[in-house]
Amino acid sequence: MNNIQEKPDLTEVERIIAKYNGKDSWLVMILQDIQEAYNYLPEPTLELVAEKLNIPLSRVHSVATFYSSLSLQERGRHVIRVCDGTACHLKGFVNLRDEIERQTGLTEGQTTPDKRFSFEVVACLGACAIAPVMSVGNDYHGEMSAEKIKDVLSKYK
Amino acid sequence: MAKIKTIIDGIEVEVERDSWAIDVARELGIDIPTLCYHPALGPYGACRLCVVEVTKSKWTWLATACDLPIREELSIKTNTPEVIRSRKMAMELIMARAPRAESLFPLAEKLGVTKPRFKCRDDIGNCILCGLCVRMCDQIIGVSAINFANRGHKRIVTTPLHKKADKCIGCNVCVEVCPTGHVKTLDDGSFRHMQTWDADLEMLHCLICDKPYIPAKQFKVISDKLEGIELKRICPVCRRKETVDNLRYAVVEKVS
Ligand code: SF4
Ligand code: FES
Ligand code: FES
Repeated sequence: MNNIQEKPDLTEVERIIAKYNGKDSWLVMILQDIQEAYNYLPEPTLELVAEKLNIPLSRVHSVATFYSSLSLQERGRHVIRVCDGTACHLKGFVNLRDEIERQTGLTEGQTTPDKRFSFEVVACLGACAIAPVMSVGNDYHGEMSAEKIKDVLSKYK
Repeated sequence: MAKIKTIIDGIEVEVERDSWAIDVARELGIDIPTLCYHPALGPYGACRLCVVEVTKSKWTWLATACDLPIREELSIKTNTPEVIRSRKMAMELIMARAPRAESLFPLAEKLGVTKPRFKCRDDIGNCILCGLCVRMCDQIIGVSAINFANRGHKRIVTTPLHKKADKCIGCNVCVEVCPTGHVKTLDDGSFRHMQTWDADLEMLHCLICDKPYIPAKQFKVISDKLEGIELKRICPVCRRKETVDNLRYAVVEKVS
C-alpha cells in the first residue's frame, strides 16, 4: 500500500469544501473536484466531506458510488473508457474490449500495477456518430478498430 | 382546505387536496398491494406494485398510487386488466431479484407469479431495494446508519464504506420494516448484534428484573430527545406491571 492510500493530505479537500461554502447541495461537484485533485476518492476524503458538510457518511458513500465517473479505487494515470452504448455495441465494442484486455492485461474495473492504465466500460460516451468510440483520459478516439488500439495506447505513458 | 371530487372503482368521494391516492383507496377498503409504502414515510414509488389506472378527461394512464397526489378530479380504477398485467410484471421482476424471499410468496401467488421468467439472482440475499430500512433510519430515527450504494444491477443496501455501521444504535426498526426478512439481528445476553450491518451494541439491563432490554446507544438517543425528562431504565414488561400496580393502588385508595 502506498502513502496516498494510508494518509492522504486532506488540505486540498478542505479548500474544495470551502470553495462551495460547505453547502451539501454541492455534494456532487465537491466529489468531482476531489476526484480531480486526488485522481480517485480516498476514504478519508469522504469521511471529511461528511463531517464538514454535516451530512451522514452513508449518504456521501451512496452518492460517491452512484456515478460511474466517480471512483473509490485508486486509478491509473490514464483511464481507458470503451463505450458499450447501443451504437458502439453494434459497431464492434466486443472486439475493442477484447483487444484492450489483451494489450493491457486488464479486465473491466482494473488498474495496471504500474498505475499507467485503468480500464472501464461505459454506456454511451455521447459521440455515437463516430462509433465505435473509446476515450483515454479526456481524449476521444472515434471510428476505432482493434488494429488501431496498440497505436492509440502507445501515446499514453 | 379545498375538497376535491374523485372516483375510485366507481365510488365517488370528496378528499382534501393533495391526499395520496393510496390512502384514499385504503380508507375505502380497497386493497392495493404495496411493498415500499409506509404511512410514516414520504412517497417513494420503488416497487411499482401499487399501480392503478387513472383517467382525466380523455386521457388514461397507469400511475403508482403511493405517490399520486389528488389535485384535480380523477377517475381511478384499481382492478383493470392493464393494472393486473403491470402488477404481475413488477412482482415477477421482484421475485427474480429475491427468489428465496418466502415472505413474498403469498403476495406473488396472489398476483399470479409462480416462477419468474427472468434469470434469478442468488447473490444479494433477499433485499428487494424497497428502501424502507434506509428511509426509516434516516427520516424517522434520524441516524442514517445505512444507505444504498452503487447503481443499476449492482445496487445494494449497505453500511458506509461497507464497514461496521458505527452510527447504528440498534433500534431494530430496519428489521421490523423489512418486507423480506433480509435484515438480521440477534440478541445474546448483554449484546445486540445487528448482523446485516455488522454492528455490536451493548445492552442496558432493566433496573427491576435485570434483563437486558435496550441498547445503551438507543437509550441515550431517546433520553437526549426527551430533553430533561428522565427516562427510567425499566423494560416494557416491568413498566406495564408498574403501571398496573399503580392503577390498582389508586383504585384501592379511592374505594377505601
Ligand atoms: S433490506 Fe429489506 S427493508 Fe431494506 S431495502 Fe432491502 S428489502 Fe427493503
Ligand atoms: S453509443 Fe457509444 S458513444 Fe453513444
Ligand atoms: S407502494 Fe407504490 S411503488 Fe411501492
